Amino acid sequence: MDKSNTSNRAKGLSRRGLISASLTVLAAAVVMSSGLAVAKPATSEVNTTGLAVTDDTVTVGILHSISGTMAISEEGSVQAEILAIEQINEMGGILGRQIRYIQEDGASDWPTFADRARKLIRQDKVAAVFGCWTSASRKAVLPIFERYNNMLYYPTFYEGLEQSPNVVYTGQEATQQILAGLDWVAREKDAKTFYLLGSDYIWPRTSNKIARIHIEEHLGGRVLGEDYFPLGHTNFNSAINRIRLRNPDVVYAIIVGGSNVAFYRQLQSAGLDMTSEDFTLMTISVTEDEVLGIGGDNFQGAFSAMKYFQSLDNPNNKAFVKAFKERWGEDSVIGDVTQAAYLGPWLWKAAVEAAGSFDIDRVREHTPGIELDTAPEGYVRVHENHHLWSKLRIGEAQADGQFKVIYETEDLMEPNPFPAGYQ
Amino acid sequence: MPFNSFRDFMSRQDVLAFAVLAVLLIVILPLTLDVMRLNQAGKFLAFGFVAIGLVLCWGYGGILSLGQGVFYGLGGYAMAMFLKLEASTPENTSIQSTPGIPDFMDWNRITELPWFWVPFESFTLSLIAIVVVPSIFAYLIGVAMFKRRVSGVYFAIITQSIAAIMTILIIGQQGFTGGVNGITDLRTLLGWDINTDFADYVLYFVCVALLFVCLFIGQFILKSKVGRVLVAMRGSEDRVRFSGYDVANFKIFVFCTGAAFAGIGGAMFTLQEGFMSPSFVGVVPSIEMVIFCAVGGRLSLVGAVYGALLVNLAKTTFGEAFPELWLFAMGLIFIGVVLGLPNGVAGLYNSYAAGPVDKVLDRLFGSENSDGLKLSQQGATS
Repeated sequence: MDKSNTSNRAKGLSRRGLISASLTVLAAAVVMSSGLAVAKPATSEVNTTGLAVTDDTVTVGILHSISGTMAISEEGSVQAEILAIEQINEMGGILGRQIRYIQEDGASDWPTFADRARKLIRQDKVAAVFGCWTSASRKAVLPIFERYNNMLYYPTFYEGLEQSPNVVYTGQEATQQILAGLDWVAREKDAKTFYLLGSDYIWPRTSNKIARIHIEEHLGGRVLGEDYFPLGHTNFNSAINRIRLRNPDVVYAIIVGGSNVAFYRQLQSAGLDMTSEDFTLMTISVTEDEVLGIGGDNFQGAFSAMKYFQSLDNPNNKAFVKAFKERWGEDSVIGDVTQAAYLGPWLWKAAVEAAGSFDIDRVREHTPGIELDTAPEGYVRVHENHHLWSKLRIGEAQADGQFKVIYETEDLMEPNPFPAGYQ
Repeated sequence: MPFNSFRDFMSRQDVLAFAVLAVLLIVILPLTLDVMRLNQAGKFLAFGFVAIGLVLCWGYGGILSLGQGVFYGLGGYAMAMFLKLEASTPENTSIQSTPGIPDFMDWNRITELPWFWVPFESFTLSLIAIVVVPSIFAYLIGVAMFKRRVSGVYFAIITQSIAAIMTILIIGQQGFTGGVNGITDLRTLLGWDINTDFADYVLYFVCVALLFVCLFIGQFILKSKVGRVLVAMRGSEDRVRFSGYDVANFKIFVFCTGAAFAGIGGAMFTLQEGFMSPSFVGVVPSIEMVIFCAVGGRLSLVGAVYGALLVNLAKTTFGEAFPELWLFAMGLIFIGVVLGLPNGVAGLYNSYAAGPVDKVLDRLFGSENSDGLKLSQQGATS
């Protein structure tokens, strides 16, 4: 995966190889009989803090909901993380050690997440945890990761306003997802008036706050309305009526979970046709996974703004999609978060190899600046603030449930979890 | 002293049950569990408080409340609000638009501490609130329901709706309550770091101590006249009413007691877990609490504690070992208990072990029969 690291290691190996060749047969036999392959650094060197690292394996945790309401969303992340771990193991593992994973179920319940995180870190002594999905679950485990000093690789696009030394945020924070998308819709669709919608919790509220400021202060547009609905809400008719009355150029929707199904179906039946030029809907909360539930027909013509779509046309992504389908079935779809979850183990591997150690402090030290050329979304780099530099892409929803990528930012966008002027 | 002798307060079997539980919680668990598991056990015990309250309300008073999570949540939130304010010093929150208020308020564009948060700046007031707020709330519900003679299934349904309303309220008013995330990132109690191993030990023992205080209060209530009136009410409410007792007041009293216990449990949970969330307030956790009580045995105070420990232990064990299957396993356990052990673990003990144990006690300390006779005579005359 990370070429520079591999070659560095190869150099190290060959040096070591030369030395060992110059030793007597007896010495070599001692090395062999002690069970250490000559290639890998001693466990005492790479693990000074008592993590679950043996001479042959390193143990990590996977912590997602596989039961409860969030299971349907988090399943893809689990699959992606397992796939990445298996691929790394096939390539020889990390520092000569195969990755073993312990999977725990957060059960869509935030206290359970905290409990299981504690168990993974304190009892299993895992070297890193890949997991969490909702902000609530991340907030629940965060103090534990900070208190017991461990690393969490968190895959979901989220609201920002957070920057923990013990978390690597592999999804986009709010400004990365919102600003360029609004710029695009203002430019391409000549949009002046917006209507903001969202599920009622911190991510949509914070995101819409940023969107409103950007619309009003940077795009010279107007926000005609801003509505929130409880999680799981299914009756959007009154909101849809308000939208029809005020007739905004763009509806900006951040509705999550099962509510999406009802919202887009009701939009459709109210005659607001997203495929026509008169009505534009942009969302940052609908990936390929959600479209499965909504149905491609009901979502056709909408614009999603995020960093990854399954249809992305590059060699990395083609290989990733192929491997994912081989491992988890032809029917599986890959959304933005699934791809971000896939990056977790690879970013961790690169940081461990750069550090030459599994020690959390060393890994953290080497995390900023880690690059991946082979990410399905393209090149990514870890910022000082533990978020990823990434591009924003706009996908136009197709009837088959896939997205056609019609725009991507030229440059990687800087992650900025505490955006000045947007708070 | 409302009791003629200690025996009236606690029978030999009661003393034995309390002693065994004390040995288990104070000696065996701390010696055998590592600190993380002990912390987990402490959190299970926090549910034990609710279960004890339910033994009083449901087992003896016949009041089935499916809304104990509300009181648990009120106690837990009271503690969490105090800890959150302590954690939100202007220095710690300097990156916010309004430093010095909890972070989630800042995200929701609230610029001033809401009035009902102000009392929670005081530790004393917070401690009082942990017990008093759930009790007052229970009192209001009790007056509204019991004075109108709402009982049984209707009462259960109403408490369940209150639990649902409470969750919606907390999630909806996220600027004031932290919403679905709950109140997180609690660090110190009066400057004392609650996230250390040492703190886990201390809080565990505080939790056990409070649990025994509640157990003794519960025992006191059951063995006093109030307890007898409760049992009589459960048998035939009208007869008690016609005998001149105000049934509603007794019900309100025991319901408030259960609520206060639940509040203490919630506060202990918050301290040991480091956060509080609406997922303890809703309908499902409230029903789970009734199940703890049912598994332990709804007529046994001590059994309720075992119920909370056992069910949570099973939940954690299955959850860790078979993440995909644990919900099914849980379901099977509950069906098994309901079908096979209508009086829970305590019922099992009473049917099979109590007799032999009594014989052993007889051999060791002599017969208890004379006392038993006195007790039943007293029961007949009062």
